[in-house]
Amino acid sequence: MYPRPFDYVAPTSLEEAFGALGDDAKVMSGGMSLIPLMKMRLFSPGVVVDIGRIDGLDGVEDIGDHIEIGALVRHATTASNELVKANAAALAAAAALTGDVQVRNRGTTCGALAHADVAADQPAGALACGAVMIAQSSSGTREIPASEFFVDSLTSALNPDEILTSIRVPKTGPGEGSAYDKLGRRGGHSDYAVAGAAAWIKKSNGSIEDARVGVTGVGTKPALATGVAEALIGTDGSDEAVKAASEKAVDDITVLEDLYGSEEYKTHLAKVYVARAVKQALAAI
Amino acid sequence: MATTSVLGGSIRRREDPALIQGMGTYVDDLAPVGTLHIGFVRSPFARAKINSIDTTAAAEAPGVFAVYTHEDVAHLGELLAQVVIAKARPLLANGQVNHVGEAVAMVVAESTYQARDAADLVDVDYEPLKPVVDLKEAASDSQLVHDDLESNTIITWEAGPWGDEEGIAQTKETIAAAKERDDTVTVSIEAVNQRLIPVAIEPRAVLAEWMPGYSRFRVHSTTQIPHALMGAIAKTFGLDTNQVHVIAPEVGGGFGAKLNIYNDEILTCFAAQKLGRPVKWTETRREAPNSTIQGRGWVATATVTGTKDGEILGYELDALADMGAYEQNFTAAIPFLGLFVGSGQYKFPTHWKVDCVLTNTMTTDAYRGAGRPEAAYYIERVIDAFAREIGVDPVEVRKKNFFEKFDSGVTSPIGFEIDTGDYSTNLDKLVEVADYEALKAERDKAREEGRYVGIGVSAYCEVCGFAPTALSELGFSWSTYGLPAGFYGTSLVRVNPDVTVTVVTGTGPSGQGHQTTWSQVVSDRLGIPPERVRVMHGDTEDSPMGIGTFGSRSLAVDGSATFLAAERVADKARDIAAHLLEASADDIELDSEGGHVTGSPDSSVPWSDIAAAAYLPHRLGESELEGGLESHVIFDPPNATWPFGSHLAMVEVDPDTGNVEILRYITADDCGNVINPMIVAGQVHGGVVQGIGQAMYEEAIYDEDGNLLTGSLLDYPIPAAGDMPMFELSRTTTPTFCNSMGAKGIGEAGTIGSAQTIVNAVVDALAPLGVKHVDMPLRPKRVWAAIQEARG
Repeated sequence: MYPRPFDYVAPTSLEEAFGALGDDAKVMSGGMSLIPLMKMRLFSPGVVVDIGRIDGLDGVEDIGDHIEIGALVRHATTASNELVKANAAALAAAAALTGDVQVRNRGTTCGALAHADVAADQPAGALACGAVMIAQSSSGTREIPASEFFVDSLTSALNPDEILTSIRVPKTGPGEGSAYDKLGRRGGHSDYAVAGAAAWIKKSNGSIEDARVGVTGVGTKPALATGVAEALIGTDGSDEAVKAASEKAVDDITVLEDLYGSEEYKTHLAKVYVARAVKQALAAI
Repeated sequence: MATTSVLGGSIRRREDPALIQGMGTYVDDLAPVGTLHIGFVRSPFARAKINSIDTTAAAEAPGVFAVYTHEDVAHLGELLAQVVIAKARPLLANGQVNHVGEAVAMVVAESTYQARDAADLVDVDYEPLKPVVDLKEAASDSQLVHDDLESNTIITWEAGPWGDEEGIAQTKETIAAAKERDDTVTVSIEAVNQRLIPVAIEPRAVLAEWMPGYSRFRVHSTTQIPHALMGAIAKTFGLDTNQVHVIAPEVGGGFGAKLNIYNDEILTCFAAQKLGRPVKWTETRREAPNSTIQGRGWVATATVTGTKDGEILGYELDALADMGAYEQNFTAAIPFLGLFVGSGQYKFPTHWKVDCVLTNTMTTDAYRGAGRPEAAYYIERVIDAFAREIGVDPVEVRKKNFFEKFDSGVTSPIGFEIDTGDYSTNLDKLVEVADYEALKAERDKAREEGRYVGIGVSAYCEVCGFAPTALSELGFSWSTYGLPAGFYGTSLVRVNPDVTVTVVTGTGPSGQGHQTTWSQVVSDRLGIPPERVRVMHGDTEDSPMGIGTFGSRSLAVDGSATFLAAERVADKARDIAAHLLEASADDIELDSEGGHVTGSPDSSVPWSDIAAAAYLPHRLGESELEGGLESHVIFDPPNATWPFGSHLAMVEVDPDTGNVEILRYITADDCGNVINPMIVAGQVHGGVVQGIGQAMYEEAIYDEDGNLLTGSLLDYPIPAAGDMPMFELSRTTTPTFCNSMGAKGIGEAGTIGSAQTIVNAVVDALAPLGVKHVDMPLRPKRVWAAIQEARG
């Protein structure tokens, strides 16, 4: 498969990278999604800006009440890093279920988020964990909440002149837990999500004080299921309460049929996986 | 001849160090100086008239040497195919396209990128026509694929037995009478055996060079049949076969998809000759689904009638098989291969009918199992449904209807002679290895807990080791390619002066491990260690006439030729040793050291002396021996070989999602005597995985306009190692008498035995809900829908 002609630049600093960006440019980190799209000629940027040689973007850092995951942190690192596992378990789990070993060793968490695939795993984790996207450009830095980041299929809130340089995730505190689960296209956990859900739950005094649930795979974009969270808050997190709340899984989502499921099936699956993710999050507290 | 006992060691694959270190040579690795590259213009329509093709812009694009359309290659005729009943493929579309992806024009440029970019500049004016994509609709002839044909159905294969009209009429009467009886039960299922896209890890590639000084082609191709390709090129270009040199270097998986002659192979030769430069084309993964043949694609109703205690009195199959838009090598013959095993391992009357139907889709042809997985699927699914209906254990029903053990041939109800079989012993082995009773107890306990656990069993009978040459009367030869060569085995074995051995054999590997297995066979006969044996293959200049690698035939046919050739060389080595030792050849034993007189340890001659005498013939003195130490054997067995086996799967279905998890997968295969158990196990693993791929994941889906919706691996999920359970393998051993080694074939068996095993298990898991059938692939959505439907 042969992409259309394009220019390739590999800056060694963010400033240099910003200079290369523009309406016809695309940022590449791992290239696991971008390269196939280009080779299928479904997407043909004029310039590919490879940020892989910029120093300082490949770390997971403890920054007080948050952790920060850099633009070049691979899925494999997100999946196995102790800071991520302790503070963003849903995101780590989603990274562990992304692609295959080769993809996880090459692709990056920030790249997958910026790519905004409707069936990607980690957007759900980022939504549930309350991640904040750090978008930098020559004119400054924007902080975009995950809930505002996924705009449409393959469309994020990033401007053409911005690079997602890192994400920040609030640390998991006492009484909090998160989890991710999905059904993959090859069944079990294999391949893209037919439906996937991540849940973050905060419990105190036996009842759910706060919750966030992210759903992926079933609609036009990964999205927060706010109705589920609202229905959970104030309950004791019993199976019945979870089941009732999960009924609201797609209230804010336009469910789409595809080769892996009808609208009815995917609606049903979203509820199933929301319930499973919530139960696992509760169990993780 | 007694079968040998020395063979049977799991020595490691000698070919692997090069392959797994990326040091094997594949076609795309080759780039002679000045190589040009091809980009094809392919049809976006399933059926359209071509009003005009404007190649001006493409011809002027950077790096472009030529742009060719049908007119340029019309003089070469259509693509040759061994079995053409109604419609051969044009080399480039001739005024009309008939499937998405059909080659319309060919751009030759200096680089692959330039060729691809210029192909986009070819302006084709299409006038879309209504395609016929659905198989049943095509069979109704409400819309024809080709206006010059009277029907989309190009041939009907009917048997019971094959070739006996009176017998067929009688069989139909017998079955009809059985249905009328009060004490019988008739069970039918209509099932889809869906189209599959072969996905070899190495896409196809061809490199053609024309040497004008010698009027010769040298062609490297990813082919399973280099000699047939040599014949096809020679015939197409009006050359003699010795003006065409075809080489298949390492081939990275074939599975039948490379058992074909392709238009791109001919067109690459055309461009090389025309332009006087080496020309290469390497298929991209994106174009492969519509430029390489697909497999399966059947819809059929299978019916069993039997008594309530499980005696089956008749089996009927009424099938449609999708041919695609054009015929290639064996297209319409593939269902006929299914017919060979249409009655499975069973003795009950069988009436089997399959209509071969054209549609506006890519051609179908051989894909691992080729007709036999379809045949096994239907008979084993409907027997399972019958067993469930009458409430008798499916293992018992099968055993009740198997042929008894036979070792000198039995004629199946479908009309073909099977060599050897011991089916009940094999199924008993599976039951024992699996501890079937314990598994059933486990399943029943799970059911009581509200879980959906099921057990599926399937037997299968396979036909492979394609030979004898008498099959050429049925079209199984390379006659259309100008080679009146039937399906025999061939091998040359030579002991070299330095006591290494060179084997040149008529089939080449695409993963089967010839280098290892053939070395073992030769070593067994000569005593020379396997590491001193080198196996050459796939080069029409080196090798004697070869038929190629397909239909699990290599070992049983060409391996047997190797065995016989090695034996003849051993005989001569004994003669030479006897001459040198002044002993009788009958008293000479060979081992790794050389020749020894039986019972006289001091009377020995080393291999180096035997070889030296062979290549310094004066040392053979007054004996009548000639120089040289080699033999070339053409081996034509009396029959194909008929392996068999049985598989068991235990699955659990998640009723909330429809997800199927395979808990256990257990096999008992019988491929006769085994040369290398590790390689046989590898073949079973790969075969089972491909069967599970069909059962659970894979499906070529065309929309009603004939667009392939699953044209990339993004939408065509194939199984990966991590998705698979651990396979628990066992074997029984029923040697064939058709070759000296008693070996049958194992390349396709795993695939033939597995798809229905999984479906039977899933249906068993859902039986408490009343589910009777779920079509493949058993994607969660489909299983869930079946559960919903059953629950009302």
